[in-house]
Amino acid sequence: MSAIPLSHILILASILFIIGFVGVIVRKNTLYMLMSLEVMLNAVGVAFIGAGSAWQQADGQVMFILILTLAAAEVAVGLALLIQMQRKFKSLDIDLLSKLRG
Amino acid sequence: MSIAYMHTILTLLPFYPLVSFLLLISFAKRLSWQLAASLSVGAMALSALSSFALVWQLSADLPVITTHLWQWFTLSSSEQINISFYLDGLAAVMICVVTGVGLLIHIFAAAYMKEDENFTRFMAYMNLFIVAMLMLVLADNLVLLYLGWEGVGLCSFLLIGFWYHEKANVLAARKAFIVTRVGDTAMAIGLFMIFKEIGQLTITDINESARVLWIAGDNQPYWIALLLLGGAVGKSAQLPLQIWLPDAMAGPTPVSALIHAATMVTAGVYLIARMHGIFLLAPEVMTYVAWLGALTLLLAGVAALAQSDIKRVLAYSTMSQIGYMMLSLGAGAFSAGVFHLMTHAFFKALLFLTAGAIILALHHQQDLFKMGGLLKRLPFEAVLFSIGLVCLIALPGSSGFFSKEAIIAQLFSSPTAGPLLWVCAIVGALLTSIYSCRLFFLAFMGSARFESPLQPSSSKLVKISLIVLAILSLVGGAFGTALEHGLSSVFVAAPMVEMVNDPTWLHAVAIATPFVGIVFSWFYFSKYREVSHSPLVENTSAVNQFAKQGLGFDRLYDWLLVKPYCTLAKVNRSDIFDQLMMLNAWYVTLWHEVLASSQNGKLRWYVAAIGLAALLLTLLLMLNVGEVSMEIS
Repeated sequence: MSAIPLSHILILASILFIIGFVGVIVRKNTLYMLMSLEVMLNAVGVAFIGAGSAWQQADGQVMFILILTLAAAEVAVGLALLIQMQRKFKSLDIDLLSKLRG
Repeated sequence: MSIAYMHTILTLLPFYPLVSFLLLISFAKRLSWQLAASLSVGAMALSALSSFALVWQLSADLPVITTHLWQWFTLSSSEQINISFYLDGLAAVMICVVTGVGLLIHIFAAAYMKEDENFTRFMAYMNLFIVAMLMLVLADNLVLLYLGWEGVGLCSFLLIGFWYHEKANVLAARKAFIVTRVGDTAMAIGLFMIFKEIGQLTITDINESARVLWIAGDNQPYWIALLLLGGAVGKSAQLPLQIWLPDAMAGPTPVSALIHAATMVTAGVYLIARMHGIFLLAPEVMTYVAWLGALTLLLAGVAALAQSDIKRVLAYSTMSQIGYMMLSLGAGAFSAGVFHLMTHAFFKALLFLTAGAIILALHHQQDLFKMGGLLKRLPFEAVLFSIGLVCLIALPGSSGFFSKEAIIAQLFSSPTAGPLLWVCAIVGALLTSIYSCRLFFLAFMGSARFESPLQPSSSKLVKISLIVLAILSLVGGAFGTALEHGLSSVFVAAPMVEMVNDPTWLHAVAIATPFVGIVFSWFYFSKYREVSHSPLVENTSAVNQFAKQGLGFDRLYDWLLVKPYCTLAKVNRSDIFDQLMMLNAWYVTLWHEVLASSQNGKLRWYVAAIGLAALLLTLLLMLNVGEVSMEIS
């Protein structure tokens, strides 16, 4: 099995990260922002896996499991917040949440 | 009397009026007239008695009494500024005039201002003035002298503007303050220069050191003397800073008598006499002093000829008499100048106070053309006023005669004056007698031109003070020899003006001049003198108006200084320099707005900012700008 070079993996991870990041900035809908965040987390995960396999270390996969757990928790909290937001503002527009100016 | 006893008296001398001032200003209207009057006059009487006691003790064996109160501050390791009093012959003359004439004027003022609702404030300021004046004349160093100098200026301002409800009075007060401030600034620079050049500010030390350090004609004493002369010119209302004195007549009449005739305006004369050690080293400045005095003398004489306000005539006459004193100082005849200062204080205070009594009797009418025929109606005031005028004209026998004669006699052969200035003095004497006669004719002779009935004051206080002043004016010449004796130890350094082989015609001319003036005016002003039924009109020709306005100096300064300054102020209304400073504020506000607008609460902007910052940091790292910090870590 020919190994995929690390640089390819890192380029893929960077592209995914940038796509996710741009999604966070551009999207007004909070649901899509959460989804873009997931893309970013996964981009990081890809980078860890790639690095782990390149150096033949288990740490990368351990890290990825940690990220998965974190993402699950984050989504749970995020979705709960979304439901509250939908109830209160009848909209998911993130810009409505700027009352505190902070 | 023991020495220690005299030290105590000298120490306490300025404190009686100070205590009285503090009490009066603190309790103000809660004090009744009796209490306020007895407090202020009593304090003055104590001061006057103390000064007479002190002067009585001064003799050839004890020419100087000094007393040290406390140290004020330290200027350098060798020079300390003390609150110390120094009483020599010159200071003795001054304290006698200040407290003696001051006492009489206080007595007069207590009666004159009785009806005024701010009577206590008035007496408080008068007392404060006496304190400042005593500080001025008793100071043993120039800093304390300057304190008194500014103090009298302040009191002059407060008292000219005493009736501040009228705008003209306030303007006059402001003018007096600002114009004298010009001179004071010059004087302050003079003090700095003395300290820089000599390193001392104690008056006796300066006079001694100057004689050791420099010879006559050196540069430093020239500039120092010139700057001190600036201060003297401002305070004594001499050319070119004379314009404030006529307007200062807006104040109550006792103020005009005390401050603007007898004491404060002579402070300039005192300063020059006090610093004679410096002035003698600058013969050119002595000549300037003489010329300034002579020009003021003539200018004020001409201006006095055209005035219609009785107090303004007297104001111009004060200017011209101070011109005589300056002339005499400039000629090196210091004791003659101080002698004239004293006699002038007597007779000018008398003239002003009598004028005040007349003005009060005429219901505050000051216009000469609305007086007339007062000789029969106010005989008491008329007699006293003519005594004052006789002294002013210097008819033989009066005090003014002795002092003016002493000045004129020394002018001719003085090295720093000369025959030309002698001629000026003679012409000035002629002018003095002409305007005095005009004043007398207009006020006391001719037909009565006032409508309302007279209301002469019956107050005993007024009469007592006026009579004492009149006696002093008449016999003041007798103090001449005593004064000469006392001052000889002060002006040791001054060379005696050669009085050898004076032609008798010089004296004859000086004595005859006033009579020529009187005879001239007897005929020239006959229409003022004779009773006629046709109404008397003021001469309104252009020349007369020009002289009436003080020979156009007001207009000149207005055009030269005041107008450009006001224009500049108007142009610079928004203040360019302030705008420059406001640039800082604008810069800060700008950044405030930029940063505040970044705090908008929009999550996506924050994310973008974080991303941008991360990008920039990455770029920086890639460009190796952060190399140093990387190496450290």
